[in-house]
Amino acid sequence: MKNPYRTQSIAFAFLFLATLLIVIPVGLIVVIIVQKGLPAINWQFISDIPRQGMRAGGIFPAIVGTVYLVTGAIIFALPIGLLAAIYLSEYSKDNLFTRLIKLAIVNLAGVPSVVYGLFGLALFVVFFKFGASILSGSLTLGIMILPVIITTSREALESVPYSFREVSLSLGASKWQTIRHIVLPNAIPGILTGTILGLGRAAGETAPILFTVAAFYLPQLPNSIFDQAMALPYHLYVISTQVPNVDEKIRYGTAFVLLALVLIMNLVAIIIRYKFRKRKKW
Amino acid sequence: MRKTKEFIIEKLIFICGFALILFVALIFIFLLKEGLAVFKTVTPFKFLFGRNWYPISEPAKLGILPLIVGSLLVTLGAALISIPIGVACAVYISEVAHPKIKEILKSGIELLAAIPSVVLGFIGMVTLVPWVKSVFHLPTGLTALSGSIMLAFMAMPTIVSIAEDALYSVPRHYKEGALALGATHWQAIWRVMLPAASSGILAAVMLGIGRVIGETMAVMMITGNAAVIPQSILVPVRTLTATIAAEMGEAVVGSEHYFALFAIGIVLFVISFAINVTADLFLHKRQQ
Repeated sequence: MKNPYRTQSIAFAFLFLATLLIVIPVGLIVVIIVQKGLPAINWQFISDIPRQGMRAGGIFPAIVGTVYLVTGAIIFALPIGLLAAIYLSEYSKDNLFTRLIKLAIVNLAGVPSVVYGLFGLALFVVFFKFGASILSGSLTLGIMILPVIITTSREALESVPYSFREVSLSLGASKWQTIRHIVLPNAIPGILTGTILGLGRAAGETAPILFTVAAFYLPQLPNSIFDQAMALPYHLYVISTQVPNVDEKIRYGTAFVLLALVLIMNLVAIIIRYKFRKRKKW
Repeated sequence: MRKTKEFIIEKLIFICGFALILFVALIFIFLLKEGLAVFKTVTPFKFLFGRNWYPISEPAKLGILPLIVGSLLVTLGAALISIPIGVACAVYISEVAHPKIKEILKSGIELLAAIPSVVLGFIGMVTLVPWVKSVFHLPTGLTALSGSIMLAFMAMPTIVSIAEDALYSVPRHYKEGALALGATHWQAIWRVMLPAASSGILAAVMLGIGRVIGETMAVMMITGNAAVIPQSILVPVRTLTATIAAEMGEAVVGSEHYFALFAIGIVLFVISFAINVTADLFLHKRQQ
């Protein structure tokens, strides 16, 4: 007769094995990049422009470009995303319009990143004639990260207890006053988490910026939002596939900087969320 | 005064909600606007089922069947790897793991989700590609198999986290009932929890596959980019996404090639739209 407890042990062993199959490679990826990338990092690598056809020198213009792009994306996406989240959590009724908005968010989250690139090219670069520029790239990235910002902000807003709103309203505050002074302050950590996650996502994406902003190589920094810029993820793509004979150290170093940037942002988001959960009294 | 201010703010909030619908509509409209122009020179049937993709030869041959087959092959491979492992990991995290280990595992999965695809592509190039090459004695390691393995990793965070949510939201008394009737923990999971969470798990799988089909950079870096219909999983392939990313830089705005790449974008948009809407239906079915 089959022993159900033996079946259970075998099944659990397989489940554990499957988990290891995911977790170990993740650990390996991080370890490899840190091990091989960290020795390449020095002040010159961070602060110098690429030299000798990107086979020497540093990655400063790419870092600056990514910072500009991410900043632009968040300036565009945060206000729209936050207000949309407020609409969904405070104002929306269960009607067709709300359902359409939710459907739109689901789709924005699912559209392949390269399709965002096409969209940015057609709308911002060609139709609005912004050209390949920081402006086009930031707007494209901004639309792409909207779902992240909206979903997390909305969760944060909705987790503020309903009684808080009732008390505020019963004291004579208007709906907007209640949102502005009661709901928003209590939801700030959650909104911050969403914003930082969005930043991390925007910093790491390559496909949306391929045709909207990214420059193969620029000797000087961009002067205005209508200039092209280099960007870290695109730079990593270029030096690993398009330029032959790049020193391994430079590739790993670039991968390390990009990974560190994205992971630090995620870590900050996780810490904020964790602290907030602990502090929450309701 | 205050009333006008509030009126304006509330309208602004409403407009921002509307803007989301507008963005999706704009994406679709602009893809159509640029992409449909290609059908002046090639019929939709020939475009979808043409076996040759030579966009810059004279006359251009614009058949995307090799690209569709490439995408399907890589996606199928990734699905075969990531679905069993991903669902098993979700079960482990939600049912078996010690609460402390559970938190660590969940952070590990979040970490994987956060790694930019170009970094994963780079790592795949320097580790996985040489490995595939030497194990199967191939002339190049840039194959559909390498792409499938790498993409499986990119699908797993999606599959694990959504499937775990689905298992977590199964009412407690389902499991307690099974255990009270004398079932072992595993029997309760296999016979009660998994069937109860099935629609959520299905949604998780679909969204994971959606992520794989849309993935661009890693795939472009490690599948070898040969636009021919593959005969096995150990040859280079080219996916729909990689074609757009690799060729749009050289396509002249307004050329046939440019329109064709946008038409590929339409195909991708429609596929991802269908997957996401269906997955969303499954998720909501669970909530009711």
